Amino acid sequence: MLLKDEVEMLRRITLFSGLPPAKLKLLAFTSDRVMYSAGENLFHQGDIGDAAYVILSGKADVLVTTPTGQLKVAEVEQNSIVGEIAILCNTPRTATVKTSTALEALRIRKDDFLKLLADFPEMAVEIMRVLADRLSQTTSELTEARSRAQRAEA
Amino acid sequence: METRLSRYIWTHTRKQQLWILLVVALSMVPYFLSFDLPKQIVNGPIQGAGFESPEATQAFLPISFDLPFFGEVNLFSGIQLEREGMLLALSLVFLLLVIINGLFKFYINTYKGRLGERLLRRIRFELVDRVLRFPPGHFKRVKPAEISTMIKDEVEPLGGFTGDAFVQPALLGGQALTALIFILLQSLWLGLIAAFIVAIQAVIIPRMRRRLIVLGRERQLTARELSGRVSEIVDGIGTIRGHDTSNYERADIAARLGRIFKIRYDLYQWKFLVKFLNNFLAQVTPFLFYSIGGYFALQGRLDIGQLVAVIGAYKDLPGPLKELIDWDQARQDVQVKYAQVVEQFSVQPLIDPGVQAISVTAAAPITGALAAVNLSVADDGGSKLVEHVSLQVRPGEAVAITGGSTGGGEALAEAFGRLTWPESGRIVVGDDDIHDMPESVVGRRISYASSEVYTFQGSLGDNLLYGLKHAPLQEVTYEGDKAAHRRWEVLEAKLAGNPSLDLNSDWIDYGAAGATSPDDLFAKVRAVLDTVLLTNDIMALAGRATINPEEHEAFAAEIVEMRGALRRRLEAEKLSDLVVFFEPGSYNIEATVGENLLFGTVTDHARWERALEDHPFFKTVLRRAGLHEIFYEMGLEIAGNVVELFRDLPPDHPFFQQLTFMAAEEIPVYEALLQKVRGRALDEVSEDDAIKVIRLCFGYIEPRHRFGLLSEELMTKIVEARREFSEGLPEDLVGIIEHYQPNRYIASASIIDNVLFGRIGHKHTDGSERIRAIVRDLFESLGLYNDVLAFGLDFNVGAGGKRLTAGQRQKLNLARALIRISDFYIFNQPLLALDQRAQEQITRNVFAFLRQDERKPAIVWVLANPALSELFDREANFENGRLVSDEAVETSVKDTDYKELAS
Repeated sequence: MLLKDEVEMLRRITLFSGLPPAKLKLLAFTSDRVMYSAGENLFHQGDIGDAAYVILSGKADVLVTTPTGQLKVAEVEQNSIVGEIAILCNTPRTATVKTSTALEALRIRKDDFLKLLADFPEMAVEIMRVLADRLSQTTSELTEARSRAQRAEA
Repeated sequence: METRLSRYIWTHTRKQQLWILLVVALSMVPYFLSFDLPKQIVNGPIQGAGFESPEATQAFLPISFDLPFFGEVNLFSGIQLEREGMLLALSLVFLLLVIINGLFKFYINTYKGRLGERLLRRIRFELVDRVLRFPPGHFKRVKPAEISTMIKDEVEPLGGFTGDAFVQPALLGGQALTALIFILLQSLWLGLIAAFIVAIQAVIIPRMRRRLIVLGRERQLTARELSGRVSEIVDGIGTIRGHDTSNYERADIAARLGRIFKIRYDLYQWKFLVKFLNNFLAQVTPFLFYSIGGYFALQGRLDIGQLVAVIGAYKDLPGPLKELIDWDQARQDVQVKYAQVVEQFSVQPLIDPGVQAISVTAAAPITGALAAVNLSVADDGGSKLVEHVSLQVRPGEAVAITGGSTGGGEALAEAFGRLTWPESGRIVVGDDDIHDMPESVVGRRISYASSEVYTFQGSLGDNLLYGLKHAPLQEVTYEGDKAAHRRWEVLEAKLAGNPSLDLNSDWIDYGAAGATSPDDLFAKVRAVLDTVLLTNDIMALAGRATINPEEHEAFAAEIVEMRGALRRRLEAEKLSDLVVFFEPGSYNIEATVGENLLFGTVTDHARWERALEDHPFFKTVLRRAGLHEIFYEMGLEIAGNVVELFRDLPPDHPFFQQLTFMAAEEIPVYEALLQKVRGRALDEVSEDDAIKVIRLCFGYIEPRHRFGLLSEELMTKIVEARREFSEGLPEDLVGIIEHYQPNRYIASASIIDNVLFGRIGHKHTDGSERIRAIVRDLFESLGLYNDVLAFGLDFNVGAGGKRLTAGQRQKLNLARALIRISDFYIFNQPLLALDQRAQEQITRNVFAFLRQDERKPAIVWVLANPALSELFDREANFENGRLVSDEAVETSVKDTDYKELAS
């Protein structure tokens, strides 16, 4: 896959859709193209976050370690971005991402990503929107889980 | 040290001073003879005195003298010579005297020089020796740069003065006295006048000089402070820039320089005023002679002949007198310098030399307990860090010291490590005070490591083994010239009061590391490095090292052998796609186009750049291979892409780190170039521009840059052109490129690249780590591990160890303590730069390491992490400088259990 194809891919991701094509190309150029076979970890829960990943092809599971073992909380596939939280908040990775098929991704280094955010505020707004979306989704899931728990107790 | 320089010089160079005085006196004989000779030549053979008739002859070199009561003694009646013969003979004698005088002068000057240099060496050594014996508190008050200035610069003039210290006054004083006596003999009154003026000079001038001495001292102090400040600026440059205080520093330096200027200018004024007065007094004497002497002569009370003789004799007085006064000035100058320096180095109490006496025998193990007895330690401000603490550490015990940074545990550990001296109380080993015991015992049987690390400039290995270098343990045998040189070294060292310890001897005490020779020391080194988790860091350093395959032929051959083993291993583990190997017949997609074309690396970049521009070879080969135009098109494509990507970015943008084709400032150049050549074919473009475009291709790597420029066909063409580059390379280009050969070591590449003989793929993020682990494993299984590790130990750590990270430095420091077999190990939070997990791991490793082979040394560890105290026998807890609890670890655990139960 070539730079121009990657630009096409990036354009399809909501986070980057507002960026001018030249910037997307720059983003692609400064990122690394990485490949994984099925069953490999992109990153591990608790690691220090150093990069975000844009999945170009393939699928991966988002796993969280709980006292009862690993729990799959989500699945990510083509055209999605993972790992951006850890590099935004400087926290350890909140989950493990493990490939379920062969996977190809664009690895955006933390410094480059933050620099882009600083250069393009519209991207920061977009990030905020995505995060807010996720938060509301998490909240509703939590409410649902709580009420289920209450019903079970009753 | 002596407070007076003249006494110091006399004490150490008495014999030599007397000898040189004798030689100087002896040299006067031919010197005065050569004064008399010209008169003889002119009067005798030239003007003809004694050669009245043409055949007349005169005796040449008759040796006869008058003895009282005995009459004339004639030893040699001389050779009879005619007038020309005499002229020639006397001229030859003159020449001979010139040579003899010159030789005397040569001998005297070199002798004086040598004397001075020896004394300088003695003083400098004595000063450094004192630094080595300063009490620890003193180092908090002095600046290193000031000490080094004193040792290096301020004592320097002392050497020059030494040779003249006694000879000069004796000689000049003698000359002046002779002249004065001669005047006195001619005329008592005129003599008294001359003596009176000399006396005035002798009284007034030194008085005026006192001010000069004061100024000289100030000059020295301000200059020393200046050097201290300059070194502070260098050391603190980060802080200065970080706080925008550079102008404050400028102001400070300018003010200092102003003060120094004022002092120096004052000094000049005084110096020349003194000189003026001196000259005036010297000139006023003849005035008195002419006026008073002349008056007496007119009166008839003085013979005119006497007056002329007195004035003639006076000519010889001011010269020596002036030089004598100059000498006195130099004397006072160096005396001030000397006294200043000595004052700075007269620190009390100095460590007794006996404590640091060299001992070549192994130190006997310490069997007594290490204990603090009613110990108080205060900081410079006088506040107590440790107060009345008594703590005993028995041999074999492991004591954890806890209590955080204000507890005082660190200060106690420093006192155990002899870094600070007790204010009251004692540190004892058995029954002896630790400060009275020889360092050859406490410095070997007690090891101390803290987070404050000092690494000396040199290799990592040298720093690791530094703690074993107590004494030269072998007598080195030298042969031929080296033996003579060694004899000279020993002799000179003795003459200058320096020790003659041989630095070339093997200083490493293998026994102290539990080894017997360099061969089995390595196993210890490795065990220690493994313990502190430094091995992988050093292996990584070694992997990046380049070595000369001619020097390490066997090793290089083994590395080349390893290439095959690595391939088999990767195939076996199904990891072949981690590395793309170099194959002479195929294109390496992970390497640059240039590397693929040359199938080698450029070793001399400057010549390569020039050759690329001027040499017809590249162009011809590219043309023949049909690549010239393709590369040009490709270069245009790259330039277009790069310009598009980076055009809008400011030149300092971090993205430029990703750009390998050109520098940020070249972007506009290429932008203009693209405009210029747009739509023009290659043959319409100037040679220079074409090269500029084509060279961009050489750095292109398809998987990395992803511009989509490489086709199968192009790759084949590039591989085909390879052969021409390796075989057809003209002679004037040999040496620019090192070609890859599967069975040869690449001298310009690192060890790890030589093992790989390929490039790690870009696709796997952890590819290089995995490869490194595999390669390490292979080194181990092929028995090359130690060789590689040895290259890592050759790594130069830089000034103050700055080429290592803080964590690596602390690990190295800990390893340096661990490699010594000691009875007591004091660890004062030695790993602060590491994260909690690594600290814990290493602490456990250290316990395992020190407890193996039935060794059981005592361990005192100031812990930052109380969770680790379970490893210890006892835990001593400090609060505000006092020991608040000291109990066995099991009981304290039980206690807390009990408390938990009770609550």
